[in-house]
Amino acid sequence: MQEKLLEVSNISISFLQYSAGLRQSNLKVISDLTLDISSGEIVAVLGSSGSGKSLLAHSILGILPSNASLSGKMTYLGKDLNQKRKEKIRGDEIALIPQSVNYLDPLMKVSNQVIGECENEEDKKSKLLKQREIFEKYGLSKEVDDMYPFQLSGGMARRVLVSTALISNPKLVIADEPTPGLDEKSVEETLNHLRQMAQDNVGVLLITHDIDAALSVADKIAIFYAGYVIEIANVEDFSGNGENLIHPYTKALYNALPQTDFKLTTGHQPLHGELPPGCPYFERCDNPTEKCSNNLPILTEISDKKVRCYRANEFKNNNVAIKEESSDELHHTDEIGSFEELNYSEKLDYIEEKDSSKEAGV
Amino acid sequence: MNYKTLGKFLTYKFIRLVILIIAVSIISFLLIDLSPIDPVRAYIGEMAVSAEQIAKLQAYWGVNEPLISKITNWVGNILQGDLGTSLIYRTPVVDVISERFTASLTLMFTSWVISGVLGFTLGTLAGMYRGTWIDKTVKGYCYILLAAPTFWIALLFLMVFSVYLGWFPTGLGVPVGKLAADVTIWEWLVRLILPAITLSLLGVAQIAMFTRDKLINVLSSDFVVFAKSRGESGWNLIKRHGIRNILLPAITLQFLSFSELFGGAVLVEQVFSYPGIGQAAVAAGLKSDVPLLLGIVLFSTIFVFCGNAIADLIYKFVDPRIKEGESYEQ
Repeated sequence: MQEKLLEVSNISISFLQYSAGLRQSNLKVISDLTLDISSGEIVAVLGSSGSGKSLLAHSILGILPSNASLSGKMTYLGKDLNQKRKEKIRGDEIALIPQSVNYLDPLMKVSNQVIGECENEEDKKSKLLKQREIFEKYGLSKEVDDMYPFQLSGGMARRVLVSTALISNPKLVIADEPTPGLDEKSVEETLNHLRQMAQDNVGVLLITHDIDAALSVADKIAIFYAGYVIEIANVEDFSGNGENLIHPYTKALYNALPQTDFKLTTGHQPLHGELPPGCPYFERCDNPTEKCSNNLPILTEISDKKVRCYRANEFKNNNVAIKEESSDELHHTDEIGSFEELNYSEKLDYIEEKDSSKEAGV
Repeated sequence: MNYKTLGKFLTYKFIRLVILIIAVSIISFLLIDLSPIDPVRAYIGEMAVSAEQIAKLQAYWGVNEPLISKITNWVGNILQGDLGTSLIYRTPVVDVISERFTASLTLMFTSWVISGVLGFTLGTLAGMYRGTWIDKTVKGYCYILLAAPTFWIALLFLMVFSVYLGWFPTGLGVPVGKLAADVTIWEWLVRLILPAITLSLLGVAQIAMFTRDKLINVLSSDFVVFAKSRGESGWNLIKRHGIRNILLPAITLQFLSFSELFGGAVLVEQVFSYPGIGQAAVAAGLKSDVPLLLGIVLFSTIFVFCGNAIADLIYKFVDPRIKEGESYEQ
């Protein structure tokens, strides 16, 4: 049984900033973001580091910093999700798996932390039992209960953080960057936890910059570019030559993977506050139209996907090849996405490539 | 707790204390020797004496002996527990200090506790309600206190509460003309209130501002954001995560403030004519009572050192991050 859990429509998040003395400016970090998630489904939001993905998680939970402003509409189980409702259901129905061990109180023992606030002694006892059960399942021994966060290893900390989400039987779990800094085995383990949750009919929103992780676990993938969602594709579309992908950025991203073509595209994502008036991908697009430079395309539904591109229908029908870059341009161009998006071996490859091009006097 | 580590820590601290005392003794002795303070003159006081008698006294006190032998004599006596005889009180320095310190201890301890509890509470409130009128009031209060000299506040209190309102006596440790044995506890307490409050005030400002700042930091930390995302809020959130994380640093700071406490006591006791160690220090300085002055210097050194050592101890043996961290290494 699949029910629509969360629908996020056209939300924007911006920060009030002081620039040049007392002049205030609004820095838009997330623009016009739309996505939805059903129970038992894993939706990945894929974007580069520092692109503001975590703010999406924080906005759903109503824990944005006070200088951030949020616009747009969210509904949860069909009903409007306003700040008051967020405060009521967060922790119970919607749970967050945070990024790092910094999200644990450094002076509180792990078990107390996982069970969270308890109403009374009885509540505490039953929650402690449940916590033990979850820890058992995740292979965390009894000694871990009495440890402080600083005593946990990276993998243990990750399991503890996942446990915090399970203690209250949530319907929706938001996993914020759960994989960076973990070895392959721990990454696989973490992703298995997410799969397990989805099998238990929990909706999972996976926020990540790890494209491998997203591709291996998610049902749908929302590609985040310069604060916009530019495409929401099904995971099956990321196959072959990417001919089922529609947006040129998504294609380029897919073709930049080592297991595909490992192709590079020039340019970099526009920074927050330097967004062009038109399509955010205009500068780097190989086949822009006149319209693209000044008019922002909206996220349109095409069959069961959503794309933000004027030429989506054309791109969909004839798979436009992406221009190849010569390696001469490598040293003054960024590859698609960011360096952080690559996994370790990819980074090594990239660095070696750069070094060799330097030696060659390019 | 790990007794072996504790033993090691205490031994190490003790050695530091011995070194510190030796250094402080020598430096303060040198300073007094270089200063125009003349113990012989202080001893003679208002008496009329001939130059011959002065020369005799000087020979008796050893004024003209070389500096090195003066220092060795003095340090040798200290090691035997003899701090000399106070010139103004005409009793052994050790007795003066122990008597005066007992009186001061009550005053300092009371104000230390008041300033700690009050400061911590105010700081927590200000941090919790950051930006509201509560925060602004606490902040304003703290800035004024920090800016105003202690003796001035003491005088102000004396004028308002003792002179105009007549609620408290104007000074002294006990009523005038009463035998020490006849003084009731109430008479003694009522004289303690005003000096204790005055002395607390300075400490309040420091600890309140510190607590406020710490709490604001904690409240904007990732783990509090996460706790909020799990449905925790309000006072429970502050209690579970805020207080837990700011209490230890605040207590540590309070122990580190022993030096200010001592300095404050000197001024406050002077204004309220409270017969404590601070007043004795001022009297010793003004009347060139060298043995007493040096005795108080040594004593206050030990006092402040103890405060700092306790602060270190708390951090090392109470904070789980340091405590457990070390025991896990072993």
